Amino acid sequence: MTEPNFSAAGATNRPEGSTSTAPATGPQLDPDLDPAEAEAPASGKRLSRNRLIWRRFWRSTGGKIGVIGLALVLLLAIVGPSLARWDYWVVDDNAFLSPPSADHWFGTNQGGFDIFAMTVEGLRKSMVIGFMVAAIVEILAALIGASAAYFGKRVGAILQWITDLLLVIPSFLIIAIISQHTAGSRNSTWMLIILLSAFSWMISARVIRAMTLSLVSLDYVTAAKFMSVPSFVVIVKHVIPNVASYLIIDFTLGVVSAILGETTLSFFGFGVQKPETSLGTLLGDGMGSATTSPWVFLFPAGVLVILLLCVNFMGDALRDAIDPSSKSGGAA
Amino acid sequence: MSKKDKPVFESDALPERQPGVPVLQIADLNVRFPSEDGVVHAVRGVNLTVNAGEVVGLVGESGSGKSVTSMSVMGLLDENAHVEGSIKLHGTELLGRSDDWMSEVRGKKVAMVFQDPLSALTPVYTIGDQIVEALQIHGKYSDAEAWDRALELLRMVGIPNPEVRAKNFPHEFSGGMRQRVVIAMAIANDPDLIIADEPTTALDVTIQAQILDLLRVAQRETHAGVVMITHDLGVVAGLADRVAVMYAGRIVERADVNDVFYHSRHPYTVGLLGSLPRPDLDKDEPLTPVEGNPPSLLNLPPGCPFAPRCPMASEECLAAEPDLLETDLAGHTSACIKFASLSDKKYEEIYPHEEIPAAAEQGTREDAEVILHVDGLVKTYPLMKGSVFKRRVGTVHAVDHISFDIRAGETLGLVGESGCGKTTTIMSILELAKPEEGRVVVLGKDTAELSKSDRKLVRQDLQVVFQDPMASLDPRLPIYDIIAEPLKYNGYPKARIASRVEELMALVGLEPAHANRYPRNFSGGQKQRVGIARALALEPRLLVLDEPVSALDVSIQAGVLNLLERLRVEMGLSYLFVAHDLSVVRHIAHRVAVMYLGRIVELGPVGEVFDHPEHPYSQSLLSAIPVPDPVKERARNRILLQGDLPSPANPPSGCPFHTRCPKFQTLDEADRARCTGETPLLASAGGQVDRQVACHFPEGVSVF
Repeated sequence: MTEPNFSAAGATNRPEGSTSTAPATGPQLDPDLDPAEAEAPASGKRLSRNRLIWRRFWRSTGGKIGVIGLALVLLLAIVGPSLARWDYWVVDDNAFLSPPSADHWFGTNQGGFDIFAMTVEGLRKSMVIGFMVAAIVEILAALIGASAAYFGKRVGAILQWITDLLLVIPSFLIIAIISQHTAGSRNSTWMLIILLSAFSWMISARVIRAMTLSLVSLDYVTAAKFMSVPSFVVIVKHVIPNVASYLIIDFTLGVVSAILGETTLSFFGFGVQKPETSLGTLLGDGMGSATTSPWVFLFPAGVLVILLLCVNFMGDALRDAIDPSSKSGGAA
Repeated sequence: MSKKDKPVFESDALPERQPGVPVLQIADLNVRFPSEDGVVHAVRGVNLTVNAGEVVGLVGESGSGKSVTSMSVMGLLDENAHVEGSIKLHGTELLGRSDDWMSEVRGKKVAMVFQDPLSALTPVYTIGDQIVEALQIHGKYSDAEAWDRALELLRMVGIPNPEVRAKNFPHEFSGGMRQRVVIAMAIANDPDLIIADEPTTALDVTIQAQILDLLRVAQRETHAGVVMITHDLGVVAGLADRVAVMYAGRIVERADVNDVFYHSRHPYTVGLLGSLPRPDLDKDEPLTPVEGNPPSLLNLPPGCPFAPRCPMASEECLAAEPDLLETDLAGHTSACIKFASLSDKKYEEIYPHEEIPAAAEQGTREDAEVILHVDGLVKTYPLMKGSVFKRRVGTVHAVDHISFDIRAGETLGLVGESGCGKTTTIMSILELAKPEEGRVVVLGKDTAELSKSDRKLVRQDLQVVFQDPMASLDPRLPIYDIIAEPLKYNGYPKARIASRVEELMALVGLEPAHANRYPRNFSGGQKQRVGIARALALEPRLLVLDEPVSALDVSIQAGVLNLLERLRVEMGLSYLFVAHDLSVVRHIAHRVAVMYLGRIVELGPVGEVFDHPEHPYSQSLLSAIPVPDPVKERARNRILLQGDLPSPANPPSGCPFHTRCPKFQTLDEADRARCTGETPLLASAGGQVDRQVACHFPEGVSVF
């Protein structure tokens, strides 16, 4: 035998294993079992969940690009108006369709409006719409989806039926028709936000419903029921926080689809109406002269692409950071 | 292993059996994993040798590194794992080989039986196709030959009617049958080494007995070396030739199976054995839990990793980690510097005793107050068919006329295999709704007559502790909010909630200062204590315990069982204890009810039922429990049941057990007709009032 046998009588006194010390720092986690299972309290500093997610998030290149990019775009939207030499409603009679210059950074369009000022204003509008719609959608989706699953039977069936019905309604046409009627009023943006939200919560609600269905059978929800905790409290306290990671991810992606929806509508002239402007309206206006005077089209389009890319990068990185099984755990 | 130091191998030939060379040699194996908090050193210098035809039991609690060790042998570790050391199969190094090469070795030379037979089979292919695939990848079989061999293998592992069953899909097999198929695939190519990773943990005890039997057969057929990974010392006692006990990523003791059980030379092994409830002995004193939790494998302090939990630890233990050295016994190694002072001491002499006050002597059982009375409880589920127009094609009798009662201060154990209706029974009781048939009376109040507000009041007296401590605590809430929840919604004075939570935490042995921590900061045993504290918040009279310790490690389980025992005595609680682990039931319960297919087949005081079971099902169930005592375990006569649990949608006529009943086989025609024709009712047996059995031909048998 080449090796001391497991069982051989009188095996050599071979010391078992070297007690090499792992170059480890910080608190404890054991991959062999569930992280929570391995931890004994009262030793080492503990990362809070938020810090942990942030660390995993920051590890990905996409996350970094997304955060920095979005911060820059946000900065542009906030300080842009005070930076600009022109207001977006002011016509420069000396410069019609002039290319970018020191005076007009992004050039002007046919009407003599400053493209930079208009892009910033459009960006502001688009971002307001995007984030508002995404927020309303998540709230609606969480409440309706969770209720549909939690109450089951009749309530669930009705909510499910409404959800499915709204899914098959051609929302684009309806929004287009209604927003035509509100054209020119000061509330066209708000109207658009409400309309876009009303027709985009369904898929998220269905996902939330499916997630809730698996949560409802979990013991802590059953335990709460057996402890006479009211249903609404159970939903708000136990169900929704546990689908929050999905809601957060869905929010970032919802921003993208809301902005896209808004720009598409505005592009065709159905969304944000003049005198208000948005990136979509600008694109629609600039489309005709995209080949002859590209700056009219390129700058709003570029800002839109950067905005959407950054939010999308963030969403992807966030999903990986929250998902414990993803590969964002670093290397040994 | 990084790409730079990739070793060069002389030949790509697969390892072959060589005389005098062990099948498997693991030397100084170290495995490290990256994690958010640093590097986890999961396996720290493991040495292990397995010879042909030998069964080596690798025992340890979760996180001790046993599965990681086996996965390194199979080459199935995650890419980011860092593996060092040497793993040799027939003297050929396996570490650092390409995955293609390892694929050849896996299945042909080394086979693995996984814990979960459901996920080990592909649901979209038939069983036969999957075995044929395993055969054809590694051997030169024609389609027809492979199919014939697959049938032969299925027959070998005891699948009846293999010609038909081979064309079935995995979902058409029961858990036990699936595990048989997995074993058939494992032995398909006549491997030299079989690694069985908790092969029976997911199975019921009677099925476990069948599968362990089958593993013995498989091992004999292939003359392979077997590494048996398990946490169940009873399984090891019956199957293994040698045992290696792992703790914190190292082997702390290894020896012949008898030496490990009777002459332990490591305090951890002694503690494990001491904290194990025995199915064959009456409970006379509390278990001796091993205090504390296993250490984290991240940033392990110097010294013996077991020292913080060891009752014998002293200064020298903390100086350096002890090596695995020879002890006074031949072939027996231990990683404890004080093994000499351990020589054959009983665990009671080493581990401190927990004193549990004796229950106040009460009168006879008949005098005690009835806490829960269940009479003829029935719960059925409709069996629907059709997708558009659903029609009822049958009824599942999940619970079929069950009657029992629980008196004050008493623990009733409800045992049976999965699918026998234990959970449905307790859920029907906990719902406090009017049952389909029969009566449920809680503290003198019939649930059929409760109004909504009455129900809320009764709920306070009837609380539940769930099986999985992970799932029963909301991970997003701190412990304080979890324990305060029942108080908040049941009209407890707001001002006193904080002090009550503190009181409850102290009661279950948790540090009240930890109230702001989240569940994930607690170990499994501590989480279960939180669950118990929450259930006790409203001072219930009856606690329903749904497998409260089955998710816990043995050394932790003992502490929770002791806590439950102490609480029962101190607070005058009654327990309805549901479990599939009969050893635990023997330890904690006063009375036991054995369920089969929705019916109670035997009911009586726990000692009498365990020592002299009268119903043939109780007998086979009890005989299937592995006893952590090698000599006793190997000498026992198992009553192996044939086949699986019949579907409760279509139960056999007459006595539901007659299809599998060993007693039925020995009866003559007339008696058999009685079994198949007439359903036996629960009736007093042996002239005792509180001992009932549902069998036409009861006969007391000793199974331990």
